[in-house]
Amino acid sequence: MSLKSMLTGVAALSLLSGAAIAQDREVRVYNWSDYIDESILEDFTKETGIEVVYDVFDSNEVLETKLLAGGTGYDIVVPTGTFLARQIQAGVFAELDKSKLPNLSNMWTDIEERVQKYDPGNAYSINYMWGTTGIGYNVEKVKAALGEDAPVDSWDLFFKPENMEKLKDCGVHVLDAPTEMFPAALKYLGLDPDSKDPADIEKAGDLLKTIRPYVQKFHSSEYINALANGDICLAIGWSGDVLQARDRAAEANNGVTVEYSIPKEGALMWFDQMAIPADAPHSDEAHEFLNYIMRPDVMAKASNYVYYANGNKASQELLNEDVIGDPAIYPSEEAVKNLYTVTSYPPKVNRIVTRTWTSVKSGQ
Amino acid sequence: MDEPVPVKRTLGGWTLIAVPYVWLLIFFLAPFLIVFKISLSQIAVAIPPYIPTFDLASGWQAFIENLGELSVENYLWLTEDDLYWKSYISSVVIAGISTFLTLLIGYPIAYGMARSPQSLRPTLLMLVILPFWTSFLIRVYAWIGILKNEGLLNQLLLAIGVIDEPLVILNTNIAVYIGIVYSYLPFLVLPLYASLERLDGSLLEAAEDLGCPPWLAFWKITLPLSLPGVIAGCFLVFIPAVGEFVIPDLLGGSDTLMIGKTLWTEFFNNRDWPVSSAVAVILLMILVIPIVLFQNQQQKIAEKEA
Repeated sequence: MSLKSMLTGVAALSLLSGAAIAQDREVRVYNWSDYIDESILEDFTKETGIEVVYDVFDSNEVLETKLLAGGTGYDIVVPTGTFLARQIQAGVFAELDKSKLPNLSNMWTDIEERVQKYDPGNAYSINYMWGTTGIGYNVEKVKAALGEDAPVDSWDLFFKPENMEKLKDCGVHVLDAPTEMFPAALKYLGLDPDSKDPADIEKAGDLLKTIRPYVQKFHSSEYINALANGDICLAIGWSGDVLQARDRAAEANNGVTVEYSIPKEGALMWFDQMAIPADAPHSDEAHEFLNYIMRPDVMAKASNYVYYANGNKASQELLNEDVIGDPAIYPSEEAVKNLYTVTSYPPKVNRIVTRTWTSVKSGQ
Repeated sequence: MDEPVPVKRTLGGWTLIAVPYVWLLIFFLAPFLIVFKISLSQIAVAIPPYIPTFDLASGWQAFIENLGELSVENYLWLTEDDLYWKSYISSVVIAGISTFLTLLIGYPIAYGMARSPQSLRPTLLMLVILPFWTSFLIRVYAWIGILKNEGLLNQLLLAIGVIDEPLVILNTNIAVYIGIVYSYLPFLVLPLYASLERLDGSLLEAAEDLGCPPWLAFWKITLPLSLPGVIAGCFLVFIPAVGEFVIPDLLGGSDTLMIGKTLWTEFFNNRDWPVSSAVAVILLMILVIPIVLFQNQQQKIAEKEA
């Protein structure tokens, strides 16, 4: 082969690959585990021709560490509000180009207003799902251990050592998320769940230490399967995850009944927000994806699958009755008054929180 | 003993020597210096989450200013909180016990392999290496299925009537020992097998001829001669086990304290790169010092023999 024909060949090849790149439009999404109906991704690709590369995580901490290292290569990430606020401050995200998001008109202004606490002006993010952190339990096993009138609608079930002692043998899992567990403990103690005072954090830590001996594991995703299989009888977890466990158990028909309850003392209300990193390689495709997600039928499909409430007003009428009609997912107005939100910890307090959490978990 | 032929100090010789050093420089020293530098920095809400970051574009003046911002504060923090020392000590203890257990199981395996018929050895060797063909992570996950309360082991023991209540093994230190011993067994068996196989059989025959019972011959001849293999194998198990993260995280309980997990918490939950870098630097010191001492010792022995 002569040099000239070789060069022509190389040139032709590079042209070809250039064309291929133009065709292979893709969007890389990094979302929570068990958090989407995968057919939504397939439909999106069919409609737009944009390939979706989909990865999952199970803790805000892991997501934030990746984002702060920079260059993640992801186009869309889904942090919780408290974490989002700090990440915006660190300059992680690009402002949304709202001209590319006509479906923003479908969003629910009530939810948008609540999210302003984390994302002022809703400049960087859209709401994907919101929910609560409460009690997931195995009905038969908890009743067997504590009798018919077990306090399943109260934090007493979890924070009273005499109850936990009886539940220990059937297995208790707790979210490995200090930002969710400290506010719950503070609320139970009658203190401000959003307190940043180290003395309060210590009190919450002491309370958690009293029930620590009865906890089998601190983990933020294993409890879905563990509850569904009947391996554990109590989990402090996220609403939709527990409801997914409920459905898996019902499908398996294995004699396990899982229920979720929002404790009457109050529970944490959180918002998972979709945002675009400042260094996202496919910003246009990311906007297209967000706009697609905000379509009422798509959002309804997502909620019907994951059993979480969403922040899309127009999708509400398309939701299945077992979603929109379930007070565990869409709490009554009365119950919403009992829900609280929290803000992120400043770095110095964060260190105390994490250290206290480590000492709760390890007994050290 | 053959003396190693010294490499001639020619251009070719220098190149040959330079290769491993350049390798170490790029893949060990440079990353270490970066970690060391981060360990002297301060935590910040930014990308990356610490200051100062050295930007070579801003010139020497800025570089020197940045140097002044570095401090040993993070190392002082490590001494203030006993969590870190407890983690280091607990890691060394867990790794030590695991290494000992691995040796107890690995020695008979290596010995049996070395004494088996020549034709069988390649197959046995293959069987030791075979697990590496499956991902390490998946093999550790498989242990969850075996050890959990409703797992295979408990079902088997319940079925044959050895126990009435399922044993709680998963999420305890026992599960961590099982995981480490299982995962690192080949690293001990392979060097040990190599040194046992090279053992001169005529020495044992001579001992037998002179009326030495087999167990004494093992104690006086086989064991001392296999010692280099034992030591090499134990180091190959001990060193990675000290810094192990995956096994204690998946199989261990919340009270399993190991430095790998503490480091992970520091890095991911606190987003505190400076302190976690300081933890890593100290871990390296803890591991490097005994290795250097051991090497010096070995060199002295070699010199005495020569």
